[in-house]
Amino acid sequence: MEVTYIKAINSALHEEMRRDENVFVMGEDVADLGGAFKATEGLLDAFGEERVIDTPISEALIVGAGIGAAVLGMRPVVEMQFADFISCAFDQIVNMAATLRYRHGGKAACPLVIRAPSGAGVHGALFHSQNPEAWFTRVPGLKVVAPATPYDAKGILKSAIRDGNPVVYFEHKRLYRSIKEDLPEGDFTVPIGVAEIRKEGGDLSIITYGGTLGQSLDAARIVEKEDGLAVEVLDLRTLLPLDREAILATARKTGKVLVVHEDRLTGGIGGEVSAIIMENAFEFLDGPVRRVAAADAHVAFSPPLEDFILPSTNKIVDAIRSLAAY
Amino acid sequence: MPETNVARGVAEPAPRVEYELQLYYWMKLIRAFEERVSRLHRQNKILGGVYSGAGQEAIVTGICAPLHDGDFVAPLHRDMGVFIMRGVDPGRLMAQLMGKGTGLSRGKDSFLHGGDLEHGVFGSTSMLGSSLPVAVGAALKFKMKKNPNVAVAFFGEGAASRGDVHEAMNFAGVHKLRVVFVCENNRYAYSTPLEKQMAIEDVADRAVAYGFKGYVCSGNDLLAVLELSERLIAKTRAGEGPVLIECKTYRYRGHSEHDAALYRDKEELIEWQSRDPIPRFEFYLEKKGHEIKSIREQIDERVNKTVQAAVDFAESSPLPESQEALEDIYAPPGASTSTNTHGTSSNGSG
Repeated sequence: MEVTYIKAINSALHEEMRRDENVFVMGEDVADLGGAFKATEGLLDAFGEERVIDTPISEALIVGAGIGAAVLGMRPVVEMQFADFISCAFDQIVNMAATLRYRHGGKAACPLVIRAPSGAGVHGALFHSQNPEAWFTRVPGLKVVAPATPYDAKGILKSAIRDGNPVVYFEHKRLYRSIKEDLPEGDFTVPIGVAEIRKEGGDLSIITYGGTLGQSLDAARIVEKEDGLAVEVLDLRTLLPLDREAILATARKTGKVLVVHEDRLTGGIGGEVSAIIMENAFEFLDGPVRRVAAADAHVAFSPPLEDFILPSTNKIVDAIRSLAAY
Repeated sequence: MPETNVARGVAEPAPRVEYELQLYYWMKLIRAFEERVSRLHRQNKILGGVYSGAGQEAIVTGICAPLHDGDFVAPLHRDMGVFIMRGVDPGRLMAQLMGKGTGLSRGKDSFLHGGDLEHGVFGSTSMLGSSLPVAVGAALKFKMKKNPNVAVAFFGEGAASRGDVHEAMNFAGVHKLRVVFVCENNRYAYSTPLEKQMAIEDVADRAVAYGFKGYVCSGNDLLAVLELSERLIAKTRAGEGPVLIECKTYRYRGHSEHDAALYRDKEELIEWQSRDPIPRFEFYLEKKGHEIKSIREQIDERVNKTVQAAVDFAESSPLPESQEALEDIYAPPGASTSTNTHGTSSNGSG
């Protein structure tokens, strides 16, 4: 059946709550309203208010209470209504959850999923457009995922719920209803920590994830048609831990790598991916690792400003051509 | 609404007598442990920050005494006594302070950040008050699973200024969760006195804003703490909702061992030391007809043995191997509960 990205998330929640009575959801407006984006639609009717909990506007409490329930064996899926609000829960995530097992001598687990609707391109302006993944991708003890397709959205969410660690799950708002995919009936999962080749090619590699996978694939098709370039596209899917083998394999294969993400350039994942390649595949490179990312500005509201700041298919095409000519 | 301790008749049944002597032992053990830790720190045998709870023993003793197995306790950084009261091996606690591989966190963190969930003790972080939302989550689980347990969250009046404390109490009130909030008001947040922290005298006054009751007692009077804890924890356990117990107290030492606490008045310290919880309870025991001198001797001997055994265990324990720094970062696949074994996975795969 063809389902949207948001429906894939919703059905993963339904199925996991049915499968395991320790799974519950908690967040702002997740019960009656079914979530600001309807990710939790129908859960209240199906599972009742004990397992589908509306909270006050208290992000630290939402994550902190999730941690408390998780260490006692529950599997909470908590929602930040917008990923932008995750800053209010930063301490609970990076200090409380991420260090929990470490400071309990390995005798504690924190199976907690923090869902965070992220991303720009929906005229959300400064506080409804952020891509805060890089705040978390350097924190040991966390896992960070950013699915780009309905199949992965469902399969990775299921894996995250079944994982014994805190997982920050970034779901891109622009993808919610803009992409559809035929999903198999029944239970399936997508492993955390494994990247996926979305398109094979031998001339140049794009390494991307989340909201910019679609643009990267579009750009790859354009240069294939217009320039005869065979571009390989690797979807990271998980940002912590990075699939180093997959990153190095594509870099060694094509010798030219472009990293694309919607998060800002400075301090984004692109820098880390680039360093991994430099340190381990330098002799395979035929050009510098380059990056297409958001400008080092806040995501502004007015369309000409937002368009200027964000990556786009055209910007990726230009970068491919420039790198191919290097 | 300060509550006074109930006068107890001398004709109490034998189990109560045993219980009170046990409480006395615990307070003495906690004090002796604290004092030994301070000494070991001066001898450079304990590195890092040491946050003494000396002077505040009656609070942890009185609050933890009525707790049951399966209850969840989130101590604050000064609550060494909570670990002892919950049955954590004092040797492992001492090893934790010395950074040994046998400590609660296997050398990963210092002092009281190592928790022991097998004994229901959750390790805090240095972000004071951040354990309160966690305790609320534990109580949420108890409610969902209909467990007859309570969660106890300790915090200082300093942490009371943090947003986490407000968020936690508010949510606990909304859902009538079985959480006992315990404020140890020792009047100083590091150097900052109470009057610069809040415009009210009693943190307990805030409880009413969250839809439950707050109580104030002397945290230096074990009987006063006990009178509230036994009654109020039972009510919370019975499902009557959260409660806030504020215990007025004073720390004898600085914020940490590095702090000479020169911002405090000497007279103030002497005044509070004259209200020390241990002689106060000895006076009570004596008035009830106990031979306090011989009891004190016996208990001192037991306490000293226990503390010495803890020190011996910790000192003879090995330091962790360097590469263990990469262990216990991630739970391995399949791990889900608080009792799973040490993970060796360091890359988070799986």
